[in-house]
Amino acid sequence: MEALLGGCVTSWCPGATGITNAVRLSGGASQETWSFDIVHRDGNIGAILRRAPQGYGAAPSRAAGLSVEANLMQLAHDAGLPSPRVMHVLRPQDGLGTGFIMERVEGETIPRKILRDQQFANARPKLARQLGKVLAGIHGLPPARLPELRRMTAAKEIAELERDYRSFEWPRPVFELALRWLREREPGPPAEVTLVHGDFRHGNLIIGPEGVRAVLDWELAHLGDPMEDLGWISVNSWRFGEIDKPVGGFGSRDELFAGYESGGRRVDPDRVMFWEVMGTLRWGVMCCGMMQRFRIGPEHSIERAMIGRRSSETEIDLLRLLAPRQPKSLKPGK
Amino acid sequence: MQDEPSPEELIKAVADFLRDEIAPQISGHHAFKLRVSINALDLVARQLRLEQGSDAAETTRLVQILGIEASLGELNRRLAERIATGELDLQTPGLAEHLWQTTMEKLAVDQPNYASYKRELGERGG
Repeated sequence: MEALLGGCVTSWCPGATGITNAVRLSGGASQETWSFDIVHRDGNIGAILRRAPQGYGAAPSRAAGLSVEANLMQLAHDAGLPSPRVMHVLRPQDGLGTGFIMERVEGETIPRKILRDQQFANARPKLARQLGKVLAGIHGLPPARLPELRRMTAAKEIAELERDYRSFEWPRPVFELALRWLREREPGPPAEVTLVHGDFRHGNLIIGPEGVRAVLDWELAHLGDPMEDLGWISVNSWRFGEIDKPVGGFGSRDELFAGYESGGRRVDPDRVMFWEVMGTLRWGVMCCGMMQRFRIGPEHSIERAMIGRRSSETEIDLLRLLAPRQPKSLKPGK
Repeated sequence: MQDEPSPEELIKAVADFLRDEIAPQISGHHAFKLRVSINALDLVARQLRLEQGSDAAETTRLVQILGIEASLGELNRRLAERIATGELDLQTPGLAEHLWQTTMEKLAVDQPNYASYKRELGERGG
Protein backbone atom coordinates (compact mmCIF):
# COMPACT_ATOMS: atom_id res chain seq x y z
CA MET A 1 0.00 0.00 0.00
CA GLU A 2 2.76 2.47 0.99
CA ALA A 3 4.65 1.75 -2.25
CA LEU A 4 1.60 2.18 -4.50
CA LEU A 5 0.49 5.31 -2.71
CA GLY A 6 4.04 6.73 -2.75
CA GLY A 7 4.35 6.13 -6.49
CA CYS A 8 0.98 7.74 -7.08
CA VAL A 9 1.76 10.84 -4.99
CA THR A 10 5.19 11.54 -6.51
CA SER A 11 3.61 11.41 -10.00
CA TRP A 12 1.44 14.50 -9.42
CA CYS A 13 2.79 16.33 -6.34
CA PRO A 14 5.97 18.30 -7.20
CA GLY A 15 8.52 18.11 -4.38
CA ALA A 16 6.99 14.95 -2.89
CA THR A 17 9.41 12.08 -2.31
CA GLY A 18 7.03 9.44 -0.92
CA ILE A 19 4.51 8.82 1.83
CA THR A 20 4.60 7.69 5.47
CA ASN A 21 2.31 6.88 8.40
CA ALA A 22 -0.36 5.16 6.28
CA VAL A 23 -3.16 3.98 8.59
CA ARG A 24 -6.48 2.53 7.57
CA LEU A 25 -9.22 4.46 9.36
CA SER A 26 -12.33 2.58 8.37
CA GLY A 27 -13.61 0.16 5.86
CA GLY A 28 -17.10 -0.62 4.70
CA ALA A 29 -18.34 -3.23 2.28
CA SER A 30 -17.40 -1.10 -0.71
CA GLN A 31 -15.01 1.63 0.48
CA GLU A 32 -11.87 2.28 2.50
CA THR A 33 -10.50 5.42 4.11
CA TRP A 34 -6.75 5.81 4.74
CA SER A 35 -4.82 8.56 6.50
CA PHE A 36 -1.18 9.21 5.50
CA ASP A 37 1.46 11.91 5.25
CA ILE A 38 3.01 13.05 1.99
CA VAL A 39 6.77 13.37 2.57
CA HIS A 40 7.63 16.72 1.02
CA ARG A 41 10.86 18.72 0.93
CA ASP A 42 8.96 21.72 2.42
CA GLY A 43 7.48 19.62 5.23
CA ASN A 44 5.00 16.74 5.44
CA ILE A 45 1.42 17.23 4.17
CA GLY A 46 -1.46 15.39 5.90
CA ALA A 47 -3.70 13.57 3.44
CA ILE A 48 -6.70 11.22 3.26
CA LEU A 49 -7.39 8.56 0.65
CA ARG A 50 -10.97 7.47 -0.02
CA ARG A 51 -11.11 4.54 -2.39
CA ALA A 52 -12.98 1.52 -3.63
CA PRO A 53 -10.28 -1.09 -4.29
CA GLN A 54 -10.48 -3.17 -7.45
CA GLY A 55 -12.65 -6.21 -7.04
CA TYR A 56 -14.72 -4.80 -4.22
CA GLY A 57 -18.48 -5.24 -4.43
CA ALA A 58 -20.50 -2.52 -6.10
CA ALA A 59 -21.39 0.46 -3.95
CA PRO A 60 -24.94 0.47 -2.54
CA SER A 61 -27.44 1.91 -4.98
CA ARG A 62 -27.97 5.04 -2.86
CA ALA A 63 -24.29 5.98 -3.02
CA ALA A 64 -23.34 8.78 -5.36
CA GLY A 65 -19.92 7.25 -6.16
CA LEU A 66 -16.45 8.44 -5.24
CA SER A 67 -15.83 10.57 -8.33
CA VAL A 68 -19.07 12.45 -7.67
CA GLU A 69 -18.03 12.89 -4.05
CA ALA A 70 -14.69 14.35 -5.10
CA ASN A 71 -16.44 16.65 -7.54
CA LEU A 72 -18.88 17.95 -4.89
CA MET A 73 -16.16 18.46 -2.27
CA GLN A 74 -14.12 20.47 -4.73
CA LEU A 75 -17.16 22.58 -5.71
CA ALA A 76 -17.90 23.24 -2.03
CA HIS A 77 -14.26 24.11 -1.38
CA ASP A 78 -14.18 26.51 -4.33
CA ALA A 79 -17.38 28.17 -3.08
CA GLY A 80 -15.65 28.96 0.23
CA LEU A 81 -17.52 26.31 2.23
CA PRO A 82 -15.68 24.29 4.90
CA SER A 83 -14.61 21.37 2.75
CA PRO A 84 -11.21 19.69 2.32
CA ARG A 85 -9.31 20.47 -0.89
CA VAL A 86 -9.27 17.54 -3.31
CA MET A 87 -5.65 16.93 -4.32
CA HIS A 88 -5.97 14.07 -6.80
CA VAL A 89 -8.61 11.87 -8.40
CA LEU A 90 -7.29 8.31 -8.87
CA ARG A 91 -6.49 7.18 -12.42
CA PRO A 92 -6.22 3.58 -13.67
CA GLN A 93 -2.41 3.85 -13.85
CA ASP A 94 -2.28 4.58 -10.08
CA GLY A 95 -3.30 0.96 -9.45
CA LEU A 96 -5.30 1.94 -6.36
CA GLY A 97 -8.83 1.37 -7.62
CA THR A 98 -11.24 4.29 -7.88
CA GLY A 99 -11.38 7.21 -5.47
CA PHE A 100 -9.53 10.37 -4.56
CA ILE A 101 -6.95 11.96 -2.25
CA MET A 102 -7.79 15.06 -0.23
CA GLU A 103 -6.06 17.23 2.34
CA ARG A 104 -6.48 16.02 5.94
CA VAL A 105 -8.35 18.50 8.14
CA GLU A 106 -7.45 18.16 11.83
CA GLY A 107 -10.24 18.29 14.39
CA GLU A 108 -12.87 16.23 16.18
CA THR A 109 -15.78 14.16 14.81
CA ILE A 110 -16.71 12.16 17.93
CA PRO A 111 -20.07 13.51 19.19
CA ARG A 112 -19.53 12.93 22.90
CA LYS A 113 -16.27 14.86 22.83
CA ILE A 114 -17.77 17.73 20.83
CA LEU A 115 -20.71 17.92 23.25
CA ARG A 116 -18.77 17.54 26.52
CA ASP A 117 -15.09 18.52 26.20
CA GLN A 118 -13.96 21.88 27.54
CA GLN A 119 -12.00 22.70 24.37
CA PHE A 120 -15.27 22.94 22.40
CA ALA A 121 -17.11 25.04 25.02
CA ASN A 122 -16.82 28.20 22.90
CA ALA A 123 -17.74 26.42 19.67
CA ARG A 124 -20.93 24.74 20.92
CA PRO A 125 -23.15 27.84 21.22
CA LYS A 126 -22.14 28.90 17.69
CA LEU A 127 -22.42 25.61 15.87
CA ALA A 128 -26.15 25.49 15.02
CA ARG A 129 -26.01 28.93 13.41
CA GLN A 130 -22.76 28.14 11.59
CA LEU A 131 -24.10 24.87 10.26
CA GLY A 132 -27.30 26.59 9.09
CA LYS A 133 -25.21 28.96 7.06
CA VAL A 134 -23.07 26.13 5.67
CA LEU A 135 -26.24 24.30 4.58
CA ALA A 136 -27.49 27.43 2.83
CA GLY A 137 -24.16 27.49 0.98
CA ILE A 138 -24.44 23.82 -0.03
CA HIS A 139 -28.03 24.29 -1.21
CA GLY A 140 -26.96 27.37 -3.15
CA LEU A 141 -24.24 25.64 -5.21
CA PRO A 142 -25.00 26.39 -8.87
CA PRO A 143 -27.09 23.53 -10.34
CA ALA A 144 -25.41 23.84 -13.73
CA ARG A 145 -22.04 22.89 -12.23
CA LEU A 146 -23.26 19.85 -10.27
CA PRO A 147 -22.36 16.33 -11.43
CA GLU A 148 -25.15 13.93 -12.33
CA LEU A 149 -27.03 12.95 -9.16
CA ARG A 150 -30.09 10.88 -8.38
CA ARG A 151 -33.26 12.89 -7.89
CA MET A 152 -35.06 12.03 -4.65
CA THR A 153 -38.55 13.01 -3.59
CA ALA A 154 -40.36 12.58 -0.30
CA ALA A 155 -42.68 10.04 -1.94
CA LYS A 156 -39.73 7.98 -3.23
CA GLU A 157 -38.03 8.12 0.16
CA ILE A 158 -41.20 6.88 1.90
CA ALA A 159 -41.50 4.04 -0.64
CA GLU A 160 -37.85 3.00 -0.14
CA LEU A 161 -38.15 3.02 3.65
CA GLU A 162 -41.35 0.99 3.45
CA ARG A 163 -39.77 -1.55 1.08
CA ASP A 164 -36.73 -1.95 3.38
CA TYR A 165 -38.89 -2.23 6.49
CA ARG A 166 -41.18 -4.84 4.90
CA SER A 167 -38.18 -6.89 3.76
CA PHE A 168 -37.26 -7.48 7.44
CA GLU A 169 -40.58 -9.31 8.03
CA TRP A 170 -40.79 -8.18 11.63
CA PRO A 171 -43.90 -6.25 12.67
CA ARG A 172 -43.32 -2.77 14.08
CA PRO A 173 -46.62 -1.01 14.77
CA VAL A 174 -44.85 2.30 15.52
CA PHE A 175 -43.07 2.23 12.15
CA GLU A 176 -46.44 1.55 10.48
CA LEU A 177 -47.86 4.58 12.24
CA ALA A 178 -44.94 6.71 11.06
CA LEU A 179 -45.24 5.48 7.45
CA ARG A 180 -48.94 6.33 7.49
CA TRP A 181 -48.24 9.78 9.02
CA LEU A 182 -45.61 10.50 6.38
CA ARG A 183 -47.81 9.40 3.47
CA GLU A 184 -50.71 11.54 4.69
CA ARG A 185 -48.50 14.62 5.03
CA GLU A 186 -46.25 14.11 2.01
CA PRO A 187 -45.68 17.77 1.05
CA GLY A 188 -45.19 17.45 -2.71
CA PRO A 189 -42.34 19.03 -4.65
CA PRO A 190 -40.34 21.74 -2.88
CA ALA A 191 -40.31 25.38 -4.05
CA GLU A 192 -36.82 24.71 -5.38
CA VAL A 193 -34.93 21.47 -5.99
CA THR A 194 -31.31 21.78 -4.82
CA LEU A 195 -28.24 19.73 -3.99
CA VAL A 196 -28.90 17.87 -0.71
CA HIS A 197 -25.89 16.61 1.28
CA GLY A 198 -27.92 13.66 2.54
CA ASP A 199 -25.92 12.81 5.68
CA PHE A 200 -25.28 16.16 7.37
CA ARG A 201 -24.81 15.23 11.04
CA HIS A 202 -22.31 14.33 13.78
CA GLY A 203 -19.57 12.06 12.52
CA ASN A 204 -19.46 13.76 9.14
CA LEU A 205 -18.54 17.20 10.51
CA ILE A 206 -15.01 18.07 11.65
CA ILE A 207 -15.20 20.49 14.55
CA GLY A 208 -12.42 22.61 16.04
CA PRO A 209 -12.39 24.85 19.12
CA GLU A 210 -13.54 27.74 16.91
CA GLY A 211 -16.36 25.85 15.16
CA VAL A 212 -16.98 23.80 12.02
CA ARG A 213 -13.90 23.07 9.91
CA ALA A 214 -15.07 20.61 7.29
CA VAL A 215 -18.11 18.77 5.96
CA LEU A 216 -17.29 15.19 4.99
CA ASP A 217 -18.90 12.15 3.44
CA TRP A 218 -20.96 13.26 0.45
CA GLU A 219 -21.75 9.63 -0.33
CA LEU A 220 -25.52 10.15 -0.02
CA ALA A 221 -25.68 13.47 -1.90
CA HIS A 222 -28.64 13.84 -4.26
CA LEU A 223 -31.03 16.39 -5.72
CA GLY A 224 -34.13 17.03 -3.68
CA ASP A 225 -35.86 19.11 -1.02
CA PRO A 226 -33.24 21.25 0.77
CA MET A 227 -35.30 21.03 3.99
CA GLU A 228 -34.27 17.35 4.19
CA ASP A 229 -30.79 18.31 5.45
CA LEU A 230 -32.26 20.60 8.15
CA GLY A 231 -34.60 17.84 9.31
CA TRP A 232 -31.89 15.14 9.36
CA ILE A 233 -29.53 17.11 11.59
CA SER A 234 -32.44 17.62 14.03
CA VAL A 235 -33.14 13.89 14.48
CA ASN A 236 -32.99 12.98 18.17
CA SER A 237 -30.55 10.12 17.53
CA TRP A 238 -27.81 12.74 16.85
CA ARG A 239 -28.37 14.64 20.12
CA PHE A 240 -26.45 12.09 22.19
CA GLY A 241 -28.45 12.69 25.35
CA GLU A 242 -28.82 16.47 25.00
CA ILE A 243 -32.44 16.07 23.96
CA ASP A 244 -33.47 19.67 24.62
CA LYS A 245 -31.00 20.94 22.03
CA PRO A 246 -32.53 19.60 18.84
CA VAL A 247 -29.68 20.47 16.51
CA GLY A 248 -26.95 17.89 17.16
CA GLY A 249 -27.31 18.29 20.93
CA PHE A 250 -25.65 21.72 20.77
CA GLY A 251 -28.23 24.18 19.45
CA SER A 252 -31.81 25.22 18.81
CA ARG A 253 -33.88 25.09 15.65
CA ASP A 254 -34.15 28.90 15.80
CA GLU A 255 -30.36 29.22 15.63
CA LEU A 256 -30.11 26.72 12.77
CA PHE A 257 -32.89 28.52 10.87
CA ALA A 258 -31.40 31.99 11.53
CA GLY A 259 -28.02 30.82 10.22
CA TYR A 260 -29.70 29.32 7.16
CA GLU A 261 -31.63 32.51 6.40
CA SER A 262 -28.49 34.62 6.91
CA GLY A 263 -27.13 32.60 3.97
CA GLY A 264 -29.89 34.05 1.81
CA ARG A 265 -32.29 31.11 1.78
CA ARG A 266 -35.77 30.53 3.25
CA VAL A 267 -36.71 27.89 5.83
CA ASP A 268 -40.01 26.01 5.69
CA PRO A 269 -40.40 24.76 9.29
CA ASP A 270 -43.27 22.38 8.46
CA ARG A 271 -41.16 20.65 5.84
CA VAL A 272 -38.22 20.49 8.25
CA MET A 273 -40.49 18.75 10.79
CA PHE A 274 -41.71 16.34 8.09
CA TRP A 275 -38.09 15.42 7.28
CA GLU A 276 -37.24 15.06 10.97
CA VAL A 277 -39.93 12.39 11.28
CA MET A 278 -38.70 10.79 8.04
CA GLY A 279 -35.11 10.89 9.33
CA THR A 280 -36.07 9.30 12.65
CA LEU A 281 -37.81 6.46 10.82
CA ARG A 282 -34.88 6.21 8.40
CA TRP A 283 -32.38 5.70 11.23
CA GLY A 284 -34.74 3.14 12.78
CA VAL A 285 -34.91 1.20 9.51
CA MET A 286 -31.11 1.43 9.20
CA CYS A 287 -30.76 -0.07 12.71
CA CYS A 288 -32.97 -2.99 11.62
CA GLY A 289 -30.76 -3.35 8.54
CA MET A 290 -27.72 -3.71 10.82
CA MET A 291 -29.52 -6.56 12.58
CA GLN A 292 -30.04 -8.26 9.20
CA ARG A 293 -26.39 -7.85 8.26
CA PHE A 294 -25.37 -9.26 11.65
CA ARG A 295 -27.52 -12.32 10.99
CA ILE A 296 -26.49 -13.03 7.40
CA GLY A 297 -22.99 -11.51 7.31
CA PRO A 298 -19.89 -13.63 7.88
CA GLU A 299 -18.36 -11.27 10.51
CA HIS A 300 -20.97 -12.04 13.20
CA SER A 301 -20.40 -8.52 14.52
CA ILE A 302 -21.61 -7.90 18.07
CA GLU A 303 -21.68 -4.14 17.33
CA ARG A 304 -24.13 -4.63 14.48
CA ALA A 305 -26.25 -6.92 16.62
CA MET A 306 -26.45 -4.28 19.34
CA ILE A 307 -27.25 -1.49 16.85
CA GLY A 308 -30.22 -3.63 15.87
CA ARG A 309 -31.45 -3.24 19.43
CA ARG A 310 -31.36 0.54 19.05
CA SER A 311 -34.32 0.65 16.67
CA SER A 312 -36.58 0.92 19.72
CA GLU A 313 -34.90 4.27 20.46
CA THR A 314 -36.35 5.60 17.24
CA GLU A 315 -39.75 4.19 18.17
CA ILE A 316 -39.90 6.23 21.37
CA ASP A 317 -38.68 9.29 19.44
CA LEU A 318 -41.37 8.76 16.79
CA LEU A 319 -44.02 8.51 19.51
CA ARG A 320 -42.69 11.72 21.09
CA LEU A 321 -43.12 13.41 17.70
CA LEU A 322 -46.42 11.85 16.57
CA ALA A 323 -48.30 11.03 19.78
CA PRO A 324 -46.80 13.23 22.53
CA ARG A 325 -48.17 12.58 26.00
CA GLN A 326 -49.31 15.40 28.22
CA PRO A 327 -46.82 15.99 31.02
CA LYS A 328 -48.36 14.73 34.24
CA SER A 329 -48.62 18.18 35.78
CA LEU A 330 -50.81 19.41 32.90
CA LYS A 331 -53.37 16.64 33.19
CA PRO A 332 -56.75 17.72 34.56
CA GLY A 333 -57.57 16.58 38.09
CA LYS A 334 -54.94 14.59 39.95
CA MET B 1 -37.13 -28.08 36.44
CA GLN B 2 -33.61 -26.74 35.95
CA ASP B 3 -31.46 -26.02 38.95
CA GLU B 4 -30.13 -22.79 40.40
CA PRO B 5 -28.39 -20.42 39.75
CA SER B 6 -30.75 -18.97 37.16
CA PRO B 7 -29.62 -17.89 33.68
CA GLU B 8 -30.00 -14.27 34.79
CA GLU B 9 -27.71 -14.80 37.78
CA LEU B 10 -25.11 -16.59 35.66
CA ILE B 11 -25.07 -13.90 32.98
CA LYS B 12 -24.79 -11.17 35.59
CA ALA B 13 -21.84 -12.94 37.17
CA VAL B 14 -20.06 -13.24 33.82
CA ALA B 15 -20.78 -9.59 32.95
CA ASP B 16 -19.45 -8.43 36.33
CA PHE B 17 -16.29 -10.51 35.94
CA LEU B 18 -15.62 -9.06 32.47
CA ARG B 19 -16.40 -5.51 33.61
CA ASP B 20 -14.45 -5.51 36.87
CA GLU B 21 -11.49 -7.78 36.15
CA ILE B 22 -10.93 -8.08 32.39
CA ALA B 23 -11.92 -4.68 30.99
CA PRO B 24 -9.22 -2.75 32.93
CA GLN B 25 -6.54 -4.95 31.31
CA ILE B 26 -7.68 -4.44 27.69
CA SER B 27 -7.13 -1.44 25.43
CA GLY B 28 -7.85 -0.23 21.89
CA HIS B 29 -10.41 -1.79 19.58
CA HIS B 30 -10.75 -4.89 21.75
CA ALA B 31 -11.66 -2.71 24.72
CA PHE B 32 -14.45 -1.19 22.63
CA LYS B 33 -15.69 -4.61 21.53
CA LEU B 34 -15.53 -5.88 25.09
CA ARG B 35 -17.64 -2.93 26.27
CA VAL B 36 -20.22 -3.68 23.58
CA SER B 37 -20.18 -7.34 24.62
CA ILE B 38 -20.75 -6.48 28.28
CA ASN B 39 -23.63 -4.22 27.20
CA ALA B 40 -25.11 -7.17 25.32
CA LEU B 41 -24.90 -9.40 28.41
CA ASP B 42 -26.54 -6.69 30.53
CA LEU B 43 -29.32 -6.44 27.94
CA VAL B 44 -29.90 -10.19 28.05
CA ALA B 45 -30.08 -10.10 31.85
CA ARG B 46 -32.70 -7.33 31.70
CA GLN B 47 -34.71 -9.23 29.09
CA LEU B 48 -34.66 -12.41 31.20
CA ARG B 49 -35.96 -10.42 34.15
CA LEU B 50 -38.63 -8.35 32.37
CA GLU B 51 -39.79 -10.17 29.26
CA GLN B 52 -42.33 -12.56 30.75
CA GLY B 53 -44.25 -9.81 32.54
CA SER B 54 -44.19 -7.34 29.66
CA ASP B 55 -45.16 -9.98 27.07
CA ALA B 56 -48.17 -11.01 29.16
CA ALA B 57 -49.33 -7.41 29.61
CA GLU B 58 -48.79 -6.65 25.91
CA THR B 59 -50.80 -9.72 24.89
CA THR B 60 -53.70 -8.69 27.15
CA ARG B 61 -53.77 -5.20 25.64
CA LEU B 62 -53.60 -6.51 22.07
CA VAL B 63 -56.41 -9.02 22.62
CA GLN B 64 -58.51 -6.12 23.90
CA ILE B 65 -57.69 -3.79 20.98
CA LEU B 66 -57.92 -6.37 18.18
CA GLY B 67 -60.69 -8.55 19.59
CA ILE B 68 -58.91 -11.79 18.65
CA GLU B 69 -56.87 -14.41 20.52
CA ALA B 70 -53.49 -15.38 19.03
CA SER B 71 -49.80 -15.59 19.81
CA LEU B 72 -48.02 -12.32 20.62
CA GLY B 73 -46.15 -12.40 17.30
CA GLU B 74 -49.38 -12.94 15.35
CA LEU B 75 -51.17 -10.21 17.34
CA ASN B 76 -48.39 -7.76 16.49
CA ARG B 77 -48.55 -8.71 12.81
CA ARG B 78 -52.30 -8.06 12.82
CA LEU B 79 -51.86 -4.73 14.62
CA ALA B 80 -49.20 -3.64 12.11
CA GLU B 81 -51.51 -4.58 9.19
CA ARG B 82 -54.48 -2.72 10.62
CA ILE B 83 -52.42 0.43 11.21
CA ALA B 84 -51.05 0.16 7.66
CA THR B 85 -54.55 0.00 6.18
CA GLY B 86 -55.74 2.90 8.36
CA GLU B 87 -58.32 0.70 10.09
CA LEU B 88 -56.70 1.63 13.42
CA ASP B 89 -55.05 4.97 14.22
CA LEU B 90 -54.18 7.25 17.11
CA GLN B 91 -57.90 8.03 17.58
CA THR B 92 -58.61 4.34 18.29
CA PRO B 93 -59.30 4.03 22.05
CA GLY B 94 -56.32 2.50 23.83
CA LEU B 95 -54.01 2.39 20.80
CA ALA B 96 -51.72 5.32 21.64
CA GLU B 97 -51.43 4.15 25.25
CA HIS B 98 -50.68 0.60 24.07
CA LEU B 99 -47.90 1.76 21.73
CA TRP B 100 -46.43 3.92 24.48
CA GLN B 101 -46.46 1.11 27.04
CA THR B 102 -45.02 -1.42 24.61
CA THR B 103 -42.27 0.97 23.54
CA MET B 104 -41.42 1.83 27.16
CA GLU B 105 -41.16 -1.89 27.91
CA LYS B 106 -38.78 -2.34 24.96
CA LEU B 107 -36.58 0.55 26.08
CA ALA B 108 -36.47 -0.82 29.62
CA VAL B 109 -34.63 -3.81 28.10
CA ASP B 110 -32.79 -2.25 25.13
CA GLN B 111 -31.54 1.14 26.39
CA PRO B 112 -32.71 2.17 29.87
CA ASN B 113 -30.19 5.04 29.76
CA TYR B 114 -31.64 6.56 26.58
CA ALA B 115 -32.46 10.18 27.39
CA SER B 116 -35.94 10.18 25.78
CA TYR B 117 -36.86 7.11 27.83
CA LYS B 118 -35.63 8.61 31.11
CA ARG B 119 -37.56 11.80 30.34
CA GLU B 120 -40.80 9.91 29.66
CA LEU B 121 -40.31 7.75 32.73
CA GLY B 122 -39.98 10.91 34.83
CA GLU B 123 -43.07 12.52 33.34
CA ARG B 124 -45.10 9.40 34.04
CA GLY B 125 -44.34 9.93 37.69
CA GLY B 126 -41.89 6.98 37.76
